[in-house]
Amino acid sequence: MTPIVSYQNVTKTYGDLEVLKDIDFNIYPGEKVALIGPSGSGKTTLARLLMTLEEPDSGIIEVENKNLWQEEVGGELVKAKEKHLREMRKSIGMVFQHFYLFPHMTVLKNVMEAPMTVLGLSKKKARQQAEEMLEKVGLSDKLDVYPAQLSGGQKQRVAIARALVMKPNIMLFDEPTSALDPELVGEVLDVIKEIAFESDMTMLLITHEMDFAKEIADRVAFFNEGIIAEQGDPEELFNNPKTPRLQSFLSRFNS
Amino acid sequence: MWNWDYAFSILPQILSALKITISATFVGFILALFLGLIFSVLVRSDIKIVSLAVKGIIQFIRNTPLLVQLYFIFYVFPKIGISLKPFTAGVLGLGIHYSTYLSEVFRSGIEAVPAGQWEVAKALNFSHIQAWIKIILPQVIPPIIPVIGNYLITMFKETPLLSAITLVEILQTAKILGAGSFRYLEGFTIVGIIFFLLSYPSSQLIKKLEVRLGAKN
Repeated sequence: MTPIVSYQNVTKTYGDLEVLKDIDFNIYPGEKVALIGPSGSGKTTLARLLMTLEEPDSGIIEVENKNLWQEEVGGELVKAKEKHLREMRKSIGMVFQHFYLFPHMTVLKNVMEAPMTVLGLSKKKARQQAEEMLEKVGLSDKLDVYPAQLSGGQKQRVAIARALVMKPNIMLFDEPTSALDPELVGEVLDVIKEIAFESDMTMLLITHEMDFAKEIADRVAFFNEGIIAEQGDPEELFNNPKTPRLQSFLSRFNS
Repeated sequence: MWNWDYAFSILPQILSALKITISATFVGFILALFLGLIFSVLVRSDIKIVSLAVKGIIQFIRNTPLLVQLYFIFYVFPKIGISLKPFTAGVLGLGIHYSTYLSEVFRSGIEAVPAGQWEVAKALNFSHIQAWIKIILPQVIPPIIPVIGNYLITMFKETPLLSAITLVEILQTAKILGAGSFRYLEGFTIVGIIFFLLSYPSSQLIKKLEVRLGAKN
């Protein structure tokens, strides 16, 4: 099977810090992949490169068999123009750790805005889709409320609805529950689980919730110091970690 | 000293010149808002030379007197083929001068919007212009409205400078009346009172607005 996302020899540095070291990594259509690992190990950067929020220093990222960051002009590979990037972004959606809801819009408007502005949907159509999506995340009673009046868990659920309504083929979740109070984590994880189980969307989940990763992921990859130190079937990886780094990383969650 | 009859006799003429003062204020201010916004966006340009050039222009305009700029526009521009009426020259001078202050206000407002708003706009596939219009500017404008309002009042009070380039606004009207009757007290007093009566309530209104906006956030 051909991968839907393919990282080939991808490196990324910030100053002296090499956050991704020559990464080769494939994600297959419909696959739910969880990325775990200590903070600063490169997992978030991997997602940010895919969302085109940052550019790799070298290497190739392919999405649906097309080069993400480069395009061919006159037989030569050059840095992709914004037009190419916008075309590529149609396939990708992202949920951020800090939600980033639009504070000047109601919940409903937050979800309607991109379908109207970006996809050119009519107001009626956008509203209908937004309402459906908000129902799915359990927020039908909050349509006319502003983000400032929501709890963190509710905000993140709106953010998920806002990303989903764009119907991406690939969804990135960048530590979706890390900014939440412990008692609000569950409601967000439940929503993500439901989406994971019922849709054939490809999902990349960066998380510190190990039980959650075990439950929904088809494959787990452990990042450490810019490389994928270990990856495989969740049961196998969590029950029989092979590398000492993963063993010590997991022991911190079991205590 | 003070002559009530004379004061009332010149009042209508001064009041009719108020139209010029007020329209110069508003037209100049709209120009200042427009140019200021353009400057603040250009300063953020990725193209280094654009950003540096605009920064240079802003500093130059801010650090030279408005009166010198007005003289330049009105008396020097005709030498290079641009002859402007006093009103046009005055509005242009005011607009350009104040745009440099407003661009700074816009800049601080733009920088107050979290970087995540740009990132999520990109993730939802907004184009750069769509992100500016739908996401960024609606968050920039409301908090800076009070500051913008204060600049409007300041600019209103600077309009008498336009009398120096022969625009017959209220101060110039009072001066002309004074020159004819050799009575200056009444005319200049009326002008001062008019400015106060318009500026003070406006500044109080802005204060109220500031409190309301503050409470909202």
